[in-house]
Amino acid sequence: MLHIINQSPLTSGTLDSCLNTATGGDILLIEDAVYAATRGNAAEAKLRAAMGRFKIHVLMPDLEARGLGDRLAEGVAPVEYGGFVDLVSNNKTCQSWL
Amino acid sequence: MSEAKKFMFVNRKAPYGTIYALESLEVVLITAAFDQDVSLAFLDDGVYQLKKGQQTKGIETKNFSPAYRALEDYDVEKLYVEKEAMDARGLTEEDFLVNVTVLSRAEMGKLMDEQDVVLSF
Repeated sequence: MLHIINQSPLTSGTLDSCLNTATGGDILLIEDAVYAATRGNAAEAKLRAAMGRFKIHVLMPDLEARGLGDRLAEGVAPVEYGGFVDLVSNNKTCQSWL
Repeated sequence: MSEAKKFMFVNRKAPYGTIYALESLEVVLITAAFDQDVSLAFLDDGVYQLKKGQQTKGIETKNFSPAYRALEDYDVEKLYVEKEAMDARGLTEEDFLVNVTVLSRAEMGKLMDEQDVVLSF
C-alpha cells in the first residue's frame, strides 16, 4: 500500500498518524512533507525508525523548490513525477494523509 | 505626516505548500511603501521561506525567494529568525539568503509585545 503525506512534520500530525497507523509499504513525501526527509530536521529520526517497515520516497521537484535538494536524508529514495506514477500504479491501494 | 507605527509580520508557514508566504511578502512591500517601521519575524516553518537555493522550475511555480533580497531597497531591514525553529530544522544562519537577526523564542515574544500592529501569516 502507498501512503502519501503532504504536510510539514513540524506543523501537522499527519506523518505521525501515518506512522502510528499504517503497518508497512511505501510512503511518498510530497509538498511540505518533504521537509521530513532533510538532514537535521527534528522528524528525521522518526523516519529512520520507520525504515524497517516502510520504503520511504520523496518527490525531488518539491525538495528542490524548497532549496533542500542537496540535503536528502540517508535511506530515503528520491523520485521524479514518473516515479510518483509508478508508485501509484504498483500499489493496489493508496491513502493520502491530508 | 503622522508618526510611523511599528508593524510586525509574523511568518509561520513554509513557502509553496500554501499561499501565506507569498501573500505576506506582498503586504510587506505595500506597508513599506507607506514609510512604516516594518519588522519581519520568521517562526516555526516560516524560517524555510528564507532558505537559499530554491529552484521551483520542477513544480512550475514562481520562485519568489529573490524578493527577500530586495526588501532592503524598501528600507525593510529588520528580519528576525527564531533560533529554536532554525535548530529544529537543521538550519543555520548560513542557509539564509539574506542577513537576519537570530532571536530566542523569549526575545521574539518580547519584540512582539513592542509592536503597534501585528499581522499574521
